[in-house]
Amino acid sequence: MASSTRVTFPNKFLPYLLLAPQLAITAIFFYWPASQAIYQSVLREDPFGLSTQFVGLDNFRRVLGDPNYLNSLQVTVIFSVATALIAMALALLLAVMADKVIRGKGIYRTLLIWPYAVAPAIAGMLWLFLFNPSMGTLAYLFRSTGYNWDPLLNGDQAMVLIVSAAAWKQISYNFLFFVAGLQSIPKSLIEAAAIDGAGETKRFWTIVFPLLAPTTFFLLVVNTVYAFFDTFGIIHAVTGGGPGKATETLVYKVYNDGFVNLILGDSAAQSVILMIIVIGLTAIQFRYVERKVHYG
Amino acid sequence: MTFRGTSLSLALGIVLASSTSSFAVTEISWWHAMTGANNEVVNTLSKEFNESQSDYKVVPVFKGTYPETLNAGIAAFRAKQAPDIIQVFDAGTGVMMAAEGAIKPVADILSMGGAKFDKSLYLPGIVAYYSKPDGTMLSFPYNSSSPILYYNKDIFKKAGLDENKPPKTWPEVWDAAKKIKTSGAAKCGYTSAWLTWIHTENFAAWNNLPWGSNENGIGGVDVELKINAPIYVKHFQELADLAKDGTFRYGGRTSEAKPLFLSGECGIYNDSSGGLGDVIKSGMNYGTGPLPYDPESKDAPQNTIPGGASLWVFAGKSDEQYKGVAAFFNFLSKTEIQARLHQVSGYLPVTLAAYEETKKSGFYDKNPGRETPIQQMMGKAPTENSKGVRLVNLPQVRDIQNEEFENMLSGKQTAQQALDNAVKRGNAAIKQAIGQ
Repeated sequence: MASSTRVTFPNKFLPYLLLAPQLAITAIFFYWPASQAIYQSVLREDPFGLSTQFVGLDNFRRVLGDPNYLNSLQVTVIFSVATALIAMALALLLAVMADKVIRGKGIYRTLLIWPYAVAPAIAGMLWLFLFNPSMGTLAYLFRSTGYNWDPLLNGDQAMVLIVSAAAWKQISYNFLFFVAGLQSIPKSLIEAAAIDGAGETKRFWTIVFPLLAPTTFFLLVVNTVYAFFDTFGIIHAVTGGGPGKATETLVYKVYNDGFVNLILGDSAAQSVILMIIVIGLTAIQFRYVERKVHYG
Repeated sequence: MTFRGTSLSLALGIVLASSTSSFAVTEISWWHAMTGANNEVVNTLSKEFNESQSDYKVVPVFKGTYPETLNAGIAAFRAKQAPDIIQVFDAGTGVMMAAEGAIKPVADILSMGGAKFDKSLYLPGIVAYYSKPDGTMLSFPYNSSSPILYYNKDIFKKAGLDENKPPKTWPEVWDAAKKIKTSGAAKCGYTSAWLTWIHTENFAAWNNLPWGSNENGIGGVDVELKINAPIYVKHFQELADLAKDGTFRYGGRTSEAKPLFLSGECGIYNDSSGGLGDVIKSGMNYGTGPLPYDPESKDAPQNTIPGGASLWVFAGKSDEQYKGVAAFFNFLSKTEIQARLHQVSGYLPVTLAAYEETKKSGFYDKNPGRETPIQQMMGKAPTENSKGVRLVNLPQVRDIQNEEFENMLSGKQTAQQALDNAVKRGNAAIKQAIGQ
């Protein structure tokens, strides 16, 4: 598959010069903080950085031996899977529906894309205003129907709340890609199937869904990464990791141990583990899942 | 080249101009966590100080919640960009004290300003809390508070309770709460802010019980928690039982329960005296009372411990800046300033003179209940159980307790299990924090 003729630059330095801005950004925003995290993860340090001690892998040993860390891992898996599935399923449903709309297509799409512009922390606050048991409007309605809505104490309800908020915010993004994906499916294929007598459901599952696979796969990667990292603002605003530790995801635990409990070594060790998890996840996704994706 | 030359000489000129004393205004940065009415007080005070003299300019910067402000200060110190003054909440006191190289004791600074620093002018209970074991005052007590009881007089009337008699003991609170709930006067009887600060730390001091070993950490950093003793278990089991049918409603780990009281959903509420401003603002028909105690403990009520926050000064600043800080702290200590702060906010006055002044003015006769937080703290000489609570990682230990309380209130565990877990996990966290 490798092509025999390669484009070569006559100037030896120009390519490096052109790459320099991107390399600089990667170095400053990725390699430098990542190396700091690795360095910090083998140290034991007081919050102010007045005394530092090398402790080797002690921090990792403690973190991995902590039952709360395993709990946090479990919370993260549940949260990420639920958020990605709900956000993608609803977005696909909306995209398929919006694809059928003939009048006012633009308005529908604009309105559905809107929530994506909302910052995570603001999205969290919006949901909190609706569902906070002390002041939430909808929470008040829930309670008045006799349902015991109390995400401050009920961990499952708290999880439902943050999954809803996180999925709601991500639906727009997924919607956008699914709409684009649907548009690229040749109408002739669908029409041919219709002439052959395939019903709407059959057409969707046998033609549309498989042809959307590249989009779906791309979104699966993006949504997983989103649920892992970009939902910090929502969790911080809505539950703060509580009640108990019911909604403390891995990223939230890094923040909590580092910035609230001021245990920098443990926190750094957790970020290093997180980094390894994400590198692993991405590798698995691209190596094994991508093979099964049909790129049309 | 010419341009560079001009800008260089210009910069040189500015440096020269600013270093001559006739122009120099030393800026003092002050990071704080005050919101709403209390934020306005911070800005007014800075403005008044800046207008009262021309050598120093205090610049207040709002940095978020109490923990966020502390973290911002620590991060800034690590980046060598620390502010001059930072407001740190009660639970952060041990964190700051453990960082000896990072801070400059306020006692040293106050004597740098020319005026002689006299510790006896300040309220003893508060000063002791912010001092090292050897008596050196480390931080300036800006806003001190103690927990009190608030109740809704309209709800009391509706429930057939005496609106002029706030419940004095915990059993009386539970009875009143049940009556409010069963009579339908309100949906919930009782709620509370800060379960950790009020129901463990102050519960211990007010009932004269040990909260932890080593005088609750005042005597030394190595502390073992004692909050799973039977009297705590009984107290928390009662709370858990009341939570089952909604007689007690949980609002959150800090003061998130306040809206439950202000909206009239709950009839009785425990919070810091510093929360008074919002209660007054809401326009409700409220009453206040002292923090309830447990009638079974023979020394109760003893005294409450200080909450709120104090002002810390970072190390490594110039003498000129420290002199400015000293001038500002002396300004804050003025009797008229302290008396006004106390009367508008519900926080305690930090000097005895301000307390006497407020008393003389007849303020307490016109505003019954406003002296309660001071009397609670000063009524009796503190014992080894009631000087305060101090840990190098108190915010973390409080969060551990909060997590266990939440699992208890949701019915996942009993009070005994919750407190046993809180002690076990808390002790482990303390050991790790002090490096054992």
